[in-house]
Amino acid sequence: MLELNKVSRSFGGLQALKDVTMTVPKNQIIGLIGPNGAGKTTLINNISGLDHPSSGRVQFNNVDISRLPPHQIARLGIARTYQNIRLFGDMTALENLLISQHRRGKASILDTLIFSARYRQEERDLRENATRWLSRFQLAGVIESRAGSLPYGDQRRLEMARALATQPELLLLDEPAAGMNPVETRQLGEQILRLKEEGMTTLVIEHDMALIHQVCDAIYVLSFGQIIACGTPEEIKNNPVVIEAYLGQEDHGAA
Amino acid sequence: MMDLLRSIGISEPVLQFMLVNAILGLSVYLTLYTGMFSLANAGFMAVGAYAGVIVTQNLQLPLGVGLIVGMLLAGVIAIPIGLPVLRLRDIYLAIATIGFGEVVRIIILNFDTFASTITGKTVTLTQGALGISGIPKMTQTWHLILFLIVASYGIARLHRSRFGRAMTAIRQDEQAAANMGIDVVYTKNVVFILSAVLAAAAGVLKAHLTRTIDPSDYGFNSAVEILTFAVLGGTTTLIGPIIGGLVLTALPEMLRGLKDYRTIVNGVILLAVIIYLPGGLANPAVWSRLFKRLRGGRKPINTGDTSL
Repeated sequence: MLELNKVSRSFGGLQALKDVTMTVPKNQIIGLIGPNGAGKTTLINNISGLDHPSSGRVQFNNVDISRLPPHQIARLGIARTYQNIRLFGDMTALENLLISQHRRGKASILDTLIFSARYRQEERDLRENATRWLSRFQLAGVIESRAGSLPYGDQRRLEMARALATQPELLLLDEPAAGMNPVETRQLGEQILRLKEEGMTTLVIEHDMALIHQVCDAIYVLSFGQIIACGTPEEIKNNPVVIEAYLGQEDHGAA
Repeated sequence: MMDLLRSIGISEPVLQFMLVNAILGLSVYLTLYTGMFSLANAGFMAVGAYAGVIVTQNLQLPLGVGLIVGMLLAGVIAIPIGLPVLRLRDIYLAIATIGFGEVVRIIILNFDTFASTITGKTVTLTQGALGISGIPKMTQTWHLILFLIVASYGIARLHRSRFGRAMTAIRQDEQAAANMGIDVVYTKNVVFILSAVLAAAAGVLKAHLTRTIDPSDYGFNSAVEILTFAVLGGTTTLIGPIIGGLVLTALPEMLRGLKDYRTIVNGVILLAVIIYLPGGLANPAVWSRLFKRLRGGRKPINTGDTSL
């Protein structure tokens, strides 16, 4: 479904991504791990169109999206969340989800001005769909609350609901479990698995190995902009190169 | 109604200018609301004013035709200006749009010789620095009120639409908005065009009130003045720029009784608004805070208003 072919990105002299080749097959959950500064977020930015590769190709459903602007990539069916939450903070939770359904709307400015039947029907549909996603992420109680004033966990879930309300085929999650406690992380994992059952394809960046092992079908390991290993969670766990580059580092640090 | 206004120093001509400035406030509000710091409004006002006056004075057509021609012309000019310029942000956008205003002003200043070198005979269109005078006074108060109501209604509806939500999203986080499938470039350009059309309409209507126009009416000072209507009125709601335009125009007239101290008191009041109402005159959050602070005191909003 998503194919990256020798994607490179350099900022001046810094080579953030170097010949990254990876595939995300349909209806699978692929994990992307790597030490801080390995280029994971840069990679997601290059897929979602906020940044473009210096060389190489990104293909989505056999369409080359390497040079497309972000809104067109979104319209092709790729949605994402952000490492540091980027909700529309001054708007309510509901409005955040209405915005994400932008491309589904058909009503013209004229429809809006004359308050036509088409416009009213569409607004009802959008609201219904938004409410459905909000209740699925246990946000039904905060529909009318300002997104920026919600507690952290709610904001994380709201961002995911917002991404899903765009009705994507591919979901990019950038550290969705950051700042969550083990119970919340477990619930998040269940949500991601449930989405897979419904046919969703997911690429997830995460440091939380428990979540990675819970959900991922395969894992790519990125270090200094290069893919150094890929395989099933079990293979990665025992791969000496990975342990040195990534897990080994953590042993000196937190653990 | 008019008697009441006259009793606080607002004559009908003053009311008319208040209404024109409210429309101008709305024009700059649209761009600010979408997160664009554009100062092109005075330029588009000039485009509208000159196009409108040429239609009514040279071609002897009714004001309505002049209004439509002025608005259309500004809208068309806004397209090639907006496409490159709206890639800029913040202060860079402001500078580029000031540049646009100056270009318009200088073109108008030189347009007569420009026309004569092409056609071989002098065509009097803009009359250069002298400006056009003797414009028929066609604008009536009800025209302005009607136009303001229609424009406010249109913008209010826009806010409740898909397009209006895209505007808010772009102001808050352009990249996240793009990732949601919103075409940022398209939305910004449409808003820029709408803003230009409103400014042009205000230009046409004002030209038929003042009865004389010349290029210096639409310079940098004018652009900044229009900006203050929206900023002092508040840019979070539609009411803000309307109140800003009305109050800022009425204030100097209402203070006429103070004679020599007028400009001082005017300045003090503006400073007080900036300090105590940072979100503008019509910022619901600030009013409710003020209300709480004055709890117990009756009608704090009214006391605030009469002091103006």
